[in-house]
Amino acid sequence: MSRLELISPEGLRIDGRRPNELRKLTAKVNVLSQADGSAYLEQGNTKVLAAVYGPGEPRQRSKVVHDRSFISVEFNIAPFSAGERRKRTKGDKRSLELAYTIKETFEAVVITTQFPRSQINIYLQVLQADGGTLPACINASTLALVNAGIPMLDYVCACSAGSIEKTPILDINYVEESSDSPDVTVAYLPKVGKVALLQMEARLHIDVFEKVVALGTDGCIEMRSKLDTVIRQGMQQLVNQLEQ
Amino acid sequence: MQVSFSAPRAAPPVTVHHGDMDMDTDQTHIVTPGESITSDMQYMRGHGTRLDESSDPPILTSTLAGHVSRVNKLVSVKPLKARYTGDIGDIVVGRIVDVGQKRWKVDIGSKGDAVLQLSSINLPGGVQRRKLESDEKQMRTFFAEGDVLVAEVQSFFADGVCNLHTRSLNFCKLRNGSFVVVPPRLIQRTRSHFHSLPCGVDVILGLNGYVWVSKTVRKGGRHNETKVGLDEDAVDAEMVYSNKNEASAINKDERLAVARVCNCIAALAHEFKYINDTIIVYAYEASLAYPDVQDLLKLNVMEHITREAYEQMKNA
Repeated sequence: MSRLELISPEGLRIDGRRPNELRKLTAKVNVLSQADGSAYLEQGNTKVLAAVYGPGEPRQRSKVVHDRSFISVEFNIAPFSAGERRKRTKGDKRSLELAYTIKETFEAVVITTQFPRSQINIYLQVLQADGGTLPACINASTLALVNAGIPMLDYVCACSAGSIEKTPILDINYVEESSDSPDVTVAYLPKVGKVALLQMEARLHIDVFEKVVALGTDGCIEMRSKLDTVIRQGMQQLVNQLEQ
Repeated sequence: MQVSFSAPRAAPPVTVHHGDMDMDTDQTHIVTPGESITSDMQYMRGHGTRLDESSDPPILTSTLAGHVSRVNKLVSVKPLKARYTGDIGDIVVGRIVDVGQKRWKVDIGSKGDAVLQLSSINLPGGVQRRKLESDEKQMRTFFAEGDVLVAEVQSFFADGVCNLHTRSLNFCKLRNGSFVVVPPRLIQRTRSHFHSLPCGVDVILGLNGYVWVSKTVRKGGRHNETKVGLDEDAVDAEMVYSNKNEASAINKDERLAVARVCNCIAALAHEFKYINDTIIVYAYEASLAYPDVQDLLKLNVMEHITREAYEQMKNA
């Protein structure tokens, strides 16, 4: 379709990365004082704020499960987050689907049986969307949940991967995302070795698919050490404050 | 309204320690979710851990980010920040959220609302009085939605719900003051959670992180010496369940003192310091350098009074 050259003859991508390179990740926990857990995460130019409240008394009586807690996810994308100013309404189908995906991912990983008849709320706010909104949201939610002291099997690390002209590429940005090339989102539990989410909305040849997923999984493993450092830094800071 | 902006500041540098822990010596090791703690099968798994049976041999793994604590053979992970989990005998401050059949629901900042049964409060007319149907019908005259009270954790129901009681003269509806929330981690178990500060302010430090700051009540208040004889059991219903602040109106100075103590507690919580009566007094003294109470909400002032209070704590 577009005449845009997404991979240069030297093998570099449009933002200067190599095909198997993640974008720069900066994150911080304890950013909101009222929430039980919170995190701010930047993956390249994608910026997400996550807040976790709970586990607490359920406010939606109809959703109560008697033997475990349920997770509710509210996803919101700021009107100024993309190149074109556009307001998404609250009941927007795409936002709802994204929220539902995140909820399903975490209900499998959070040890919800420890808190029967309770509710965990995750609020996500996208401040800037530059591709990979879903993985960034999952990573930010993971940080916020860990920060809230909610037990989980492992970090849920998410990463997107795609394929341009049969070259698998990692962590795709907005330009690559909108270039009509297929992309896959992988959420992986690195220590457990299980896939929590695998989402693809395009068609991809089975041989390429395998390579793309393998690349995405590698990205997730790299992501884990980055998220781990963020959590440890946040904890160390609190420990220092408590003891010095 | 005056608005002031402060420049952004870099967070203080922190060094992060990595590496495997030694179960026998290392007591303050930090682990994160999914990290293995030990494969030694002699240990029992406690809170915040799980046994990963997919690997061979099975490995004890952490499910939380926190410090590993070992009590004999029991290994558990204590998170730095988490919701309050009650223990029997804990003094908590809570707020009534619902009035139900023979019971109140109380928000104590825990994983679910706590329950206060009609049978576990002191009814007007003496401890020995039987509970009547009329009491059930007028439960709102004792506690209504929004009321703040101090209570003790009596027991737990089978599903883990906290059961409170107020069967003591210390526990009652709270008036004449103001409510502050701090992380529950910052309030440690002590002999007493009711404090009268020299500045004419009472503080109740709930173990759940809810704090009540009020004007010291002198006449007929709960800090009176225990009355002798039969009177000890008799509960003055008017006093315990009244919805009115003290008859003699609280004057401006008293209000300011309460507000100042509230702000001092908020400042200590902001700087993540353990909160007890001694450090509150020191913070209060340090805060007197700022005549305007609202100045205590400024970031640099918070830091200053916390630092000064903490220095005094260490020297004392």
